[in-house]
Amino acid sequence: MTFIEAVKDPDALTMTMVAEFDRPAERVWKLWEDPRQLERWWGPPGWPTTFTRHDFAVPGRSTYYMSGTEGEKAHGWWSWLEIAEPTTLRVEDGFADENGDPTGDLGSTVFTVTLEPTDGGGTRMSIASQFESAEQLQAMVDMGMEEGMKGSLGQIDAILAED
Amino acid sequence: MGAQLSDAEIDAIFHALADATRRDIVTRVIERERSVSALAELYDMSFAAVQKHVAVLERASLVTKQRRGREQIVHAEPSAIRDARRLLDRFEDLWRQRIDRMQSILEEGEER
Repeated sequence: MTFIEAVKDPDALTMTMVAEFDRPAERVWKLWEDPRQLERWWGPPGWPTTFTRHDFAVPGRSTYYMSGTEGEKAHGWWSWLEIAEPTTLRVEDGFADENGDPTGDLGSTVFTVTLEPTDGGGTRMSIASQFESAEQLQAMVDMGMEEGMKGSLGQIDAILAED
Repeated sequence: MGAQLSDAEIDAIFHALADATRRDIVTRVIERERSVSALAELYDMSFAAVQKHVAVLERASLVTKQRRGREQIVHAEPSAIRDARRLLDRFEDLWRQRIDRMQSILEEGEER
């Protein structure tokens, strides 16, 4: 894989990430369509991800959680806005409670995934994300990274342990 | 809300501000933006040396530099933008890690 680029605009709170894989778009598509594959790459190492629901359709809902070693869980939901196999996915992403229902906290973000064939039979994947606020971006970063998960959930744990 | 700083980011800020010239540059560009050559005239050092100081401040996200014609203009980075830039950098790392994991899954499939 050749990592290509990330274009970031801190004023507009947007980022577009582009990567190339040497596999056809139909194969790369499966990384999103198949929940068993999705849960192997979405969450950070040490935080096994489980998709409890994956209605890969419009309208459709996916829900997932990531588990820490101490039994703590972080929940999220997706709503599928657009699915055009094998070129386009548009997903709304937000924080969920333990039932997979949106908490409404920090709103939601939308990201768009575009797959295009490259000359060599591979795929160029771009992911464009738009955030509503820096607070929301901070929370998304914390939830997606091992370091952040340790930070945010670890703190909650430490507080609970004090009681 | 200020974005949480990583240890590496805090180190970069302390390192950047540990030098008197760099502290002076920050104070002056907070006042108003200045070109690198205008800053170089203020200190008894070469243009290249001042440019290096500015680069250290840039790495700590304390200032940003823009090219305007032949001049490089240095300005203080507003904290909200600085926070957003830092968070987007971390979000980029997050996706780089995801893309690495995607790549491993794709490679597995090829071996079969």
